[in-house]
Amino acid sequence: MIEIKELHKYFGALHVLKGIDLNVQKGEVLSIIGASGSGKSTLLYCTNGLEAIQKGEVIVDGVSVHSKGTDLNKLRTKMGMVFQQWNSFPHLTALENVALAPKIVKGKSKSEAREIARQQLEHVGLGDKIDNYPSALSGGQQQRLAIARALAMEPEYMLFDEATSALDPELVGEVLDTMRLLAEEGMTMICVTHEMGFARDVSDRVAFFHQGVMEEIGPPQQIFGEPTSEHTAKFLANVR
Amino acid sequence: MNQSISFFSGFGPKDLWFLPQAAWQTLVISALSISTGTLLGILFGWILSESKIIGAVTLGLVLDAFRSVPLIIQLVLFYNLFNVIGLAINPFWAGVIILAVYTSALVANVARGGIEAVGAPMRRASRSLGMNYLQTIRHIVWPIGLRAVFPSWVGVALGVLKDSALVSVLGHPELLKVARDLITRTQQPLLVLAVAGAFYFALSYPISRYAAHLERKWQS
Ligand SMILES: Nc1ncnc2c1ncn2[C@@H]1O[C@H](COP(=O)(O)OP(=O)(O)O)[C@@H](O)[C@H]1O
Ligand SMILES: [Mg+2]
Repeated sequence: MIEIKELHKYFGALHVLKGIDLNVQKGEVLSIIGASGSGKSTLLYCTNGLEAIQKGEVIVDGVSVHSKGTDLNKLRTKMGMVFQQWNSFPHLTALENVALAPKIVKGKSKSEAREIARQQLEHVGLGDKIDNYPSALSGGQQQRLAIARALAMEPEYMLFDEATSALDPELVGEVLDTMRLLAEEGMTMICVTHEMGFARDVSDRVAFFHQGVMEEIGPPQQIFGEPTSEHTAKFLANVR
Repeated sequence: MNQSISFFSGFGPKDLWFLPQAAWQTLVISALSISTGTLLGILFGWILSESKIIGAVTLGLVLDAFRSVPLIIQLVLFYNLFNVIGLAINPFWAGVIILAVYTSALVANVARGGIEAVGAPMRRASRSLGMNYLQTIRHIVWPIGLRAVFPSWVGVALGVLKDSALVSVLGHPELLKVARDLITRTQQPLLVLAVAGAFYFALSYPISRYAAHLERKWQS
């Protein structure tokens, strides 16, 4: 379980997160929506310790992420993250991209790591691309490669930061399908997304962020059907 | 009279033997200074790219100085400086040390470029997989950065190989110095310079061929 308590984040004088309280249960799929600059990415970065925080606490399975003694590298192995830009490692084949972290972080043998990588590439539908370099893959395929790379660490949580925003429209579907598949398999997911259809169909809850504040959170029917905040209503009217 | 006759002797087959020996000196000077200069330069480039502290600014300034002052001035200046402060150092080691520092200043820039070729998002992706700082440097930043700036580094290395000729001003018998002495003695400038030039080419050519081979391999 991920517990975010009274979280404040500043970039210099800029107050980017203004006291976020949020719990995500095992098996839950949470979508985060909101205008650009409202602090959604920053929240994900704070959740796996890629960004420091100034106040509050993030607790993942009982471990306080920002405490001094916390082994962040170990913690991150159980929180996979997929970014807007897929960041494939260009000097490695698809298989090597996925096998690298299991080998050097988890200490798997070379053949074990390759077997895990093969399975995860099959999992995301790239079983026929294992020997390709990223330069030979489409954006959608590279994003699925990034998902496979994260899954190879056998994470218990997956954080998606606008995983489809940088893709050509015709490639969005294949990545959303992969995310849907993970949700059906019971993965705990936090998805920052602009895909309202995905947020409505796949999420258990949807959170709306506005200028560093979580304005409201609730089941998709409620958020999309009868939002209580006028900011939410305005935002939804604009994206439709 | 007799002496000057033997001084201006013709070009004998024995003289040809001096040039490969001198080429070997050039090779040793270059290999030592390029390898240590590269290691130092990578360290400096890393400091420049990682820290925004005052140290990096100072280091940047010093390296700029080494890059912009003509090498021949550095060689004469530091060689004399070594002697003035009583460091009994021979021309060979003085040349190697100064060339190495000069190389490191050039490589520092190249290395910083390579490190910065791997952007923050790529590093974040690596860290998000649980790789620590050193693993990220070793497995992501190094190989990607190396491929990005390898051609520039080869350019630096070939440049230093040629610039090592300037060590001749300190009197160490490397290629250019020996060639000059031979010309004075034999009065055969064209022949001697052509052979010396051929040796420089013979030293450079394998490096550029091997570099081209590596680049082709990485491109696939
Ligand atoms: N590394 C950073 N340094 C300074 N400001 C930042 C940094 N990252 C994000 N910000 C600022 O924080 C605010 C929230 O950014 P972000 O979390 O990326 O929003 P979102 O993902 O909702 O679009 C923005 O105003 C952005 O400019
Ligand atoms: Mg964002």
